[in-house]
Amino acid sequence: MSSTPTVQSSSYLDAPYGVAAWLLTKDHKRIAMLYLISITIFFAVGGAFAAGIRLELLTPKGDLWTDDMYNKLFTLHGVVMIFFFLIPSIPAVLGNFLLPIMIGTKDLAFPRINLLSWYIYIAGATITLAAVFSGGLDTGWTFYTPYSSAASQTAVSTAAIGVFVTGFSSILTGLNFIVTVHRMRAPGMTWFRLPLFVWAQYATSLVMILGTPVIAITILLVFAERALHLGFFDPNRGGDPVLFQHLFWFYSHPAVYIMILPGMGVMSELVAAVSRKQVFGYSFVAFSSLAIAILGFLVWGHHLFVSSQSIYAGLVFSIITMLVAVPSAVKTFNWAATMYKGSVTWESPTYWVIGFMGLFTIGGLTGLFLATMGLDIHLTDTYFVVAHFHYIMVGGAIMAYMGGLHFWWPKMTGKMYSEAGAKASAILVFVGFNLTFFPQFVLGYMGMPRRYHAYPEEWQVLNVLSSAGASVLALGYLLPAFYFTYSIFKGAKAPANPWGAKGLEWTIPSPPPTFNFDEDPVVTEPAYNYKPGREVHVG
Amino acid sequence: MASGHEHVLPGTHAVAGHGASAHDDHAHHNPNLQHHFYSMEQQLEASTFGMWVFLVTEIMFFGGMFMVYILYRHLYPDAWMHGSNHLDVTLGALNTGVLICSSLTMVLAVRAAQVSSRKGQIVNLILTILFGATFLVVKYFEYAEKFHHNLVPGPHFNAPTAEFPAGIITDPTHDPLHQQLFFSIYFMLTGVHAAHMIVGIGIMLVILAMAIRGKFDASYYTPVEVSGLYWHFVDVVWIFLFPLLYLLGAHVSAAHGG
Repeated sequence: MSSTPTVQSSSYLDAPYGVAAWLLTKDHKRIAMLYLISITIFFAVGGAFAAGIRLELLTPKGDLWTDDMYNKLFTLHGVVMIFFFLIPSIPAVLGNFLLPIMIGTKDLAFPRINLLSWYIYIAGATITLAAVFSGGLDTGWTFYTPYSSAASQTAVSTAAIGVFVTGFSSILTGLNFIVTVHRMRAPGMTWFRLPLFVWAQYATSLVMILGTPVIAITILLVFAERALHLGFFDPNRGGDPVLFQHLFWFYSHPAVYIMILPGMGVMSELVAAVSRKQVFGYSFVAFSSLAIAILGFLVWGHHLFVSSQSIYAGLVFSIITMLVAVPSAVKTFNWAATMYKGSVTWESPTYWVIGFMGLFTIGGLTGLFLATMGLDIHLTDTYFVVAHFHYIMVGGAIMAYMGGLHFWWPKMTGKMYSEAGAKASAILVFVGFNLTFFPQFVLGYMGMPRRYHAYPEEWQVLNVLSSAGASVLALGYLLPAFYFTYSIFKGAKAPANPWGAKGLEWTIPSPPPTFNFDEDPVVTEPAYNYKPGREVHVG
Repeated sequence: MASGHEHVLPGTHAVAGHGASAHDDHAHHNPNLQHHFYSMEQQLEASTFGMWVFLVTEIMFFGGMFMVYILYRHLYPDAWMHGSNHLDVTLGALNTGVLICSSLTMVLAVRAAQVSSRKGQIVNLILTILFGATFLVVKYFEYAEKFHHNLVPGPHFNAPTAEFPAGIITDPTHDPLHQQLFFSIYFMLTGVHAAHMIVGIGIMLVILAMAIRGKFDASYYTPVEVSGLYWHFVDVVWIFLFPLLYLLGAHVSAAHGG
């Protein structure tokens, strides 16, 4: 498998060349690269807003920014990171690049729609940036009414349209993935031979097509209430603001799974590859993705424990929320079981894998704290919540994204990067992340509320620790920008299969030819067939 | 359509006909077959399936507004009854009939493509577009009438009391605050629906241009079929909107001679 095929057509990076050829490409791999560049820019923008927040919180007094400015900083940090980085990150970059190759086809089912989704993303991003420069946004990324629709003096309408437009980019990506997985698989690529990354992308796509339209209409209603004076959520116009929260979280809780499910898919691939072993309990891991996608739609009420929701509704939401821990734990235990007695090698992806497992576990378990109603009343809107969801979204989703990027970078670019640099980056991120966010659990437990730019002096030590950690974290994320860029120009040429991994993407040259496969693949073996004859397959 | 195709494990069906070098003989295939599909059947199935998935997202999109409708109707039934009595049932019924006719001509256009009748496609597509345009014109007059009578939410909103027999309405005041809520939802639902109609007419104009150029016949009619699905969906949404907005509540005053 590791030898390069003798007949090679030109790689997707080579021909045809030029700006127009890239901007009008219908090749899923080039579109993935367009997404990679755009979301990296937005990651930097979102990071800059975060830097503004952490700088302010170095001192107890609100002395760096005004309170209005601080409101805008955390709002824009959330909006940019969630809608323009995290949600598209793994699906639109790694998923776009890998999904067609992993199932053995030449492209996604609708290449033009795929390109369209990138343009929609850029359009939404441009509109949102216009909002940033024309007064900013101070509602929090949650757009809670009636503040957003009746009171805020910032560019809420523009930002709402930006988020509305961007939603269609993610709907179209999800639609494309679902049709592709159903209709485009290579001969012999049965459902239970699909790599688990594809299962995870499939489950994510289901959430995207079922949830995103609901946030789209909700944001549109806020826009109509603000711009056209219609009434839906504003009590002065007969509406109910809590209805907004229900509609908003019906999407925005599943959106958390849009961010973490693809990360779990990346983990399944990486764990198998670095352990040289079939993923333990393949079908359990596959179905746990679907279970998380489905349960994810039934837990939105845990965001409304203190929003006048009835205690019985709260009880039901609390129980269902705890149920999400079951499929999540299935995955975590199965990854651990895969590594157990595996031939684990300490290559750079391994570092990200280990980091993910630690951070995701902490993030998941603290989610149980918050699912418990009594405890949540104390912890609502404190830094405990902030720490919890950063452990899931940064410690989980971004760790997995970075791991996946390191794992597939040789395939995507045809170049090897610095192993030492990559390991240093993984360690810096892990240490920096914990230093940033673990103190926030303590702060939250002590009662420090989120979204304030000043705090009592006794919390300064923990806040300084957190800000110091953030700079280590920033260093960890900055490092790959250097060694990845360096690798493109000076890196050693990557072999077809640098990790000795299984999967169709490793059977083709690095970087892949334009149509992926010189010969149409026919699949004859299960996924992760590292030890032929020893595999046990359910399903 | 793909009736001859076996539905065993989609994606694996091409094994028999397509060995390792299947794509070399694309030159002999239909020129409308895109390079990444094995066969016309696979292409048609993928496109139709894609549109169905898109319609699922549309259901969720409208679903958000229906949720708002259901909740407030449940909370303020009297205001809803007043509100729906301000709508013009005749015009609503007329538009319902117009859209049902447009669905018929749409399905006839798909049929015409399947039997390679270029004339049938052109006639039926033009009729479909005309019915769609009629719907929008009627809707325009309805909206204009609402503006005229200050029934548009905002500072000038002024809902008069509709007449109900004693005992039908539990709240004797006409609850203008929540009537305004009714009209907000009325304008939002019908406005978003009308936007879908406009998009639909745009799509049909493109399909019509392609049909005039003789693009579709029995071997390739995917765009007609797929855009037809969208058209039917937009019609079906109206089939829900009409009774929910115009009829529920209106019958009460009618039955009691109000």
